[in-house]
Amino acid sequence: MRLHGIKVQHKKHTADSAPVRLSVPDEVCIPMSMHIGKPAKVAVKRGDEVKRGQLIGERDGFVSAPIHASVSGKVSKVEEITMSTGQKVPAVFIKTDGLQENAEDIAAPDVHDFKSFVEAVELSGVVGLGGAGFPTFVKVNVDDLDKIDEVVINAAECEPYITSDTRTMLDKPDYVFKGIDAVKKYMGVKRFVIGIEDNKKEAIKVMKDYASKTDGVEVKVLPSIYPQGGEKVLVYNTTGKIIPKGGLPLAVGVIVINITTLAFIAEYLETGMPLVEKCITVDGSAVNNPANVIAPIGTPIEKLFEACGGLKCEPAKILYGGPMMGISVPSVDTPVLKMTNAIIAMDEKEATPPKTTPCINCGNCLRHCPFKLDPKGIMSAFNIGDSEALEALNVDLCMECGCCSYVCPAKRPLVQTNKLAKIKLREYLNSKKEEGTK
Amino acid sequence: MRKLISSVSPHVNSPLTTQKIMLDMVIALLPAGIASVIIFGLRALLVIGVCVAVCVFSEWGFEKICKKENTITDLSAVVTGLLLAYNLPVSIPIWQAAFGSIVAIVVVKQLFGGIGQNFANPAITARIIMMTAFSGTMTSWVFPDGVSSATPLALMTKGDMASLPTYLQMFLGWRGGCLGETCTLALLLGGIYLLIKKVISWHTPVAFIGTVALMSLVCGKDIPYQLMAGGLMLGAFFMATDYSSTPPTKWGKIIFGIGCGLITILIRFWGNFPEGVSFSILIMNILTPYITKLTRSKPFGTGGGKR
Repeated sequence: MRLHGIKVQHKKHTADSAPVRLSVPDEVCIPMSMHIGKPAKVAVKRGDEVKRGQLIGERDGFVSAPIHASVSGKVSKVEEITMSTGQKVPAVFIKTDGLQENAEDIAAPDVHDFKSFVEAVELSGVVGLGGAGFPTFVKVNVDDLDKIDEVVINAAECEPYITSDTRTMLDKPDYVFKGIDAVKKYMGVKRFVIGIEDNKKEAIKVMKDYASKTDGVEVKVLPSIYPQGGEKVLVYNTTGKIIPKGGLPLAVGVIVINITTLAFIAEYLETGMPLVEKCITVDGSAVNNPANVIAPIGTPIEKLFEACGGLKCEPAKILYGGPMMGISVPSVDTPVLKMTNAIIAMDEKEATPPKTTPCINCGNCLRHCPFKLDPKGIMSAFNIGDSEALEALNVDLCMECGCCSYVCPAKRPLVQTNKLAKIKLREYLNSKKEEGTK
Repeated sequence: MRKLISSVSPHVNSPLTTQKIMLDMVIALLPAGIASVIIFGLRALLVIGVCVAVCVFSEWGFEKICKKENTITDLSAVVTGLLLAYNLPVSIPIWQAAFGSIVAIVVVKQLFGGIGQNFANPAITARIIMMTAFSGTMTSWVFPDGVSSATPLALMTKGDMASLPTYLQMFLGWRGGCLGETCTLALLLGGIYLLIKKVISWHTPVAFIGTVALMSLVCGKDIPYQLMAGGLMLGAFFMATDYSSTPPTKWGKIIFGIGCGLITILIRFWGNFPEGVSFSILIMNILTPYITKLTRSKPFGTGGGKR
């Protein structure tokens, strides 16, 4: 069985652009929610002096992550902001002093067993850097380590434009393999597969070279078919294992970790500096000189454009992440987040959505869905409010990759409808459960 | 600073549009149209022109009257007009061609909701209605020189083997028949174009034509004749592949094609009519929702085995 997908234009213009470090911005805005789960609790107040790497947000609840100051300076305000997802969260604003002094307690953590490893991963503040933002320590904190057969390292980077994972492989291969060693040592995992799309020839060469000197690491070159980096797709294409609906990769003995996340863990184990900066691909039709930029978390995204020769024109749309699954942001002062791997600024032409025409029943959506769903059928069921049909159509399996909308010749909002249908189905299933308990 | 556009992903779309698909259909139908003018004379062009014009006009008019959005720019009415014209004898009275076009667009397509909603192929359904309504003119096959020429299938049904055209004549379309169905060469060119452009997939035409070939072999009939006669090539490449009235799934298309082939053979060999392609497609159109339902694949990770 071959999973379907789409051939998108890769647009990896910045693959050869070694990241440049941005000068420290005047002010950063660090939201308390840069991960999946509960927002962190603000641990500083207005007027506090903070240093780089200092804890400013405490983990709150089981699925949450600590947050650290990315600059040294003074807390100018703590204020609720609206994220591009619509979520309202507190954010810490820091006026920088330009000194970039590190916090005193920054030191390599003492890691000697699984427990201390998980603790270190937690304190590093790292979350899924591929874009999902799931707290990594929750993922690696497996109750029974024998359940893990192998670790799949996600280096597919299937979204157009983005090359920040490519840069990790080219610039920090040592850290990637130190990360592998750490996981081997503390989690007892023996087998690793690095999944890379075949459009990254240089990175594949480097990874294969390193892998040949390491036991138990296989580099799997995958066709550049979006969404190759989707978790279930990647696990299937690298290991042949099918993750059941509603299940985690662990259900088939696999942990999936993004390559930049893994490299960062290794870096943290060495330096003890938490996640305070990110390498970000800045590209899109409105950007003069697309490039990779290292920026402190909380930097307003307009600063990134300045480092890329400015904008060609007023941008019509700006995205966090790639054009297939990225989130459009409300303004240019939106901050860089932990899981931001790209900022795409589109001109009017690229951003203008095409006109929607009636469905011609061509079946393209059906034939391109990696999970063999029926987006057209889901749309019909959603439009007439048929929750039972939505359940039968397995809309809750949808990973929102957007292949259906992409291939639709009538430009119908298919994945957009899937998202709404998923909410509708969840409500329906909840009410059914409630009725059952009555 | 101007407000940024906010929208849900994806933020990029493929360049494919409905209009481009229909334009490819028109391009693929051109060789057969040119062949029809060469074989049957300029009147073929007149019939084609009338059908296309009336189809487009009735779509525009219906949508105007119903205050619906105008869709003639998607070119689907042009395709229906071409297909209907190709299914008519060159001698068809103009008013009858116009009537058929109105039936195709208004009754079969628009009354069911317009593009993508019709459960049956408009051109084929209109043709069948015309065959019932105007059975005389719809079955009079006249060459431009005025010599009446029965279709090869009709000749075979009558047992008049001596008057049959040669294989080469059949391949080039020098025979009696509907104006767009006779030139196998032109239809193959168009069909290959559609396959290359991925407008259609190979499943339906291969299953359809393959079934007819196999059944002809089993029944001891002349295979090349059965494949090149009647409307098989036109039907298999251009009408059994219609999106809205055929299954979207791979196996669905194969079942659809086999069904069409079997019904065509049944009608040709044992039915009252010499030709059965139109009827076979219409009957399979009606079965389409069931075939689609039967052939839907199990979503990933829901217990479906490896396929």
